[in-house]
Amino acid sequence: MSPERSHLDWLESEAVFILREVAGECARPALLFSGGKDSLVLLRLAEKAFRPARFPFPLLHIDTGHNFPEVIECRDRRAAELGETLLVRSVEDSMRRGTVRLREGESRNAAQSVTLLEAIEELQLDAAIGGARRDEEKARAKERVFSFRDGFGQWDPRRQRPELWDLYNPRVGPGEHVRVFPISNWTELDVWQYIAREKLELPSIYYAHRRAVVRRNGLLAPVTGLTPPRAGEAVEELWVRFRTVGDVSCTCPVASRAATSAEIVAETAAARVTERGATRMDDQTSEASMERRKREGYF
Amino acid sequence: MSGSDVAFAFKNDLRFFGREIHPAEKPETMERPAEASPGLARPPHEGGNSTVLRFITCGSVDDGKSTLIGRLLHDTKQILEDQLAAVAQASRSRGFAAPDLSLLTDGLEAEREQGITIDVAYRYFATPRRKFIIADTPGHEQYTRNMATGASTADAAVLLADATKGLLAQGRRHLYLAHLLGIREIVVAVNKMDLVDYAERVFDAVRESFAAFAAPLRIPRLRFVPVSALAGEMVVARGARMPWYRGPTLLEILEGIEPERAARARPFRFAVQLVQRANGARRYLGRVAAGTVHAGDEVLVLPAGRRTRVAAIHTLEGARDRAQAGDSVALAFIDELDISRGDSVAHAARPPRASRALDATLVWLAGQPLAPRARYLLKHTTRTVGARVAGVAHVVDIHALEPRAGRSSLAMNDIARVALELAQPVFADAYAEERATGAFILIDAASGHTVAAGMIR
Repeated sequence: MSPERSHLDWLESEAVFILREVAGECARPALLFSGGKDSLVLLRLAEKAFRPARFPFPLLHIDTGHNFPEVIECRDRRAAELGETLLVRSVEDSMRRGTVRLREGESRNAAQSVTLLEAIEELQLDAAIGGARRDEEKARAKERVFSFRDGFGQWDPRRQRPELWDLYNPRVGPGEHVRVFPISNWTELDVWQYIAREKLELPSIYYAHRRAVVRRNGLLAPVTGLTPPRAGEAVEELWVRFRTVGDVSCTCPVASRAATSAEIVAETAAARVTERGATRMDDQTSEASMERRKREGYF
Repeated sequence: MSGSDVAFAFKNDLRFFGREIHPAEKPETMERPAEASPGLARPPHEGGNSTVLRFITCGSVDDGKSTLIGRLLHDTKQILEDQLAAVAQASRSRGFAAPDLSLLTDGLEAEREQGITIDVAYRYFATPRRKFIIADTPGHEQYTRNMATGASTADAAVLLADATKGLLAQGRRHLYLAHLLGIREIVVAVNKMDLVDYAERVFDAVRESFAAFAAPLRIPRLRFVPVSALAGEMVVARGARMPWYRGPTLLEILEGIEPERAARARPFRFAVQLVQRANGARRYLGRVAAGTVHAGDEVLVLPAGRRTRVAAIHTLEGARDRAQAGDSVALAFIDELDISRGDSVAHAARPPRASRALDATLVWLAGQPLAPRARYLLKHTTRTVGARVAGVAHVVDIHALEPRAGRSSLAMNDIARVALELAQPVFADAYAEERATGAFILIDAASGHTVAAGMIR
């Protein structure tokens, strides 16, 4: 009997195929890289797809300026280790240009869409590779692997192309682009199993650490210079880890003592709440908030 | 069916969940049903023999498809509290008394506003044995197009049949489409056995009617399992109500299907995605589409028509002795050859056919109809060539499942046998023998849209 491929081998091979299709079909792709766990998985997959050659695309980070320093450190270190080009485009620059205007206290997370679209236009990208997964959120369950965006960067569910077999169609006109999601078929658990198998180094905040937090709307909100406690909130220091890492102002850790990727795999297998439900304040805003942001050009 | 009928049908479909689960009151106490095996609440183990199975579920809301998917996800511990709470909240805001689990799969605001369904939603669950990807194609609208899309990547199809109704026109259509899209493993889940007192003779009658209809299709593997998705009988757990049934549960059937083994035994096929120069030698990047290749094997390179040998099979982890269907690798050959993206590498003695004219079955996907004689782009493996539809032999009447001649254009959801002329050859197999090298899509060159899916005869 021939050896079976594991489910991680299957997922990896599919993602490598998708990355190579982008390189084969798209003229000016870029890979969205934040230093977060899903984008670190994407980088390993790009190594699998293209080494010993260089990647056929630059890495692009859309930076809100509200970062966890551990994540930015990991982003820069990893790009340098790989010797790949890292481009950073900043929401703060968009604010200076006046293309992003935020209300007092509004998170910069959604504003990333504006900066991303500006970067896509500036760099004339026809494909932006991202680490979104279909299991993350129900608006994503129907997402294509190659997701078409019009000249305004908008995702229109009716204009999505039927995607059959592995015959992807990334053809775009001037000003249009595709978002490509090589790990569409991965779950949070698959990602953690892959991180453990590949021994990927993640920013330390993904593992259990002591952190000052407040309890807010059923979530643990981190207390930082940017996000001080509100009146009447009691600051506690707890053992926590981050399941997702985004803008400081809207990403919450979960209580955990899991200090290794193996322990996180075990914890994830037993999880009772989805990744985004446990960690993202902005996704709870309305039943369809992710879908709305997606239509406006979000990742 | 009107909107309110749909909602009513959904609620009927979800009797179990309506009775048993009230996340609004107590979201933290969602219990496993007593019959669910606690051993199943585990992920596939890396390093074990788990792999991936993709399957499509076919059936209307009336057949209990939402309940069946809900049951599979629920009994394998995949529905989490915040998802249930979100469904409960959405159900309340729509005025439903009970949580409507169909909201888990019909998620898009744009769909709800416009009353449309957007082809396929993908769902994931895992058992210790393997990871599953469900392609769920909701609704009656655009059914052919949606089911073709979901079925194209599926290794297996689960067809829902209603035990109280038996084989209906829709069941025949699902069976026909699953077979057309080349699914070799079809499981008919005869559902709602709870409504027929779990009677063996009812199951037997439904099975016989499906088997009689399917006989001329010669489906490689057609199996039947009696289930009650509502009561959880014979889906994940065996339950206690059907001792007369000695076969595997639905989940056991799905866990036992092994599509990869068959794919490895077929002749080697490999389409070049990219060419790379590394350490002074050329490497050809791609994924093995079918069969197995070993270092040292003689292969045929197309369109060059040159024979060469595989010098090495590279991955990031180093050189390996062989690669098999599904593996993404880099091949090196002993000869310097002029090979580029879109070229094919194949078993030297059993190569694909080089064709500039194709006899194919086309499923028209676009709102814009087929323009006879217009030029399209045809993408086959990694090769894209110019193409035009030279003639429509017949269009399948999806209700009678019979060919009808006399049409020259095609509209969305039409299935037709057509003749295609290509500007350059493709290297193809019959779809019934090899899906990866028998399938193609047609792209409208002006808009860039995918307008049709094709299967070479």
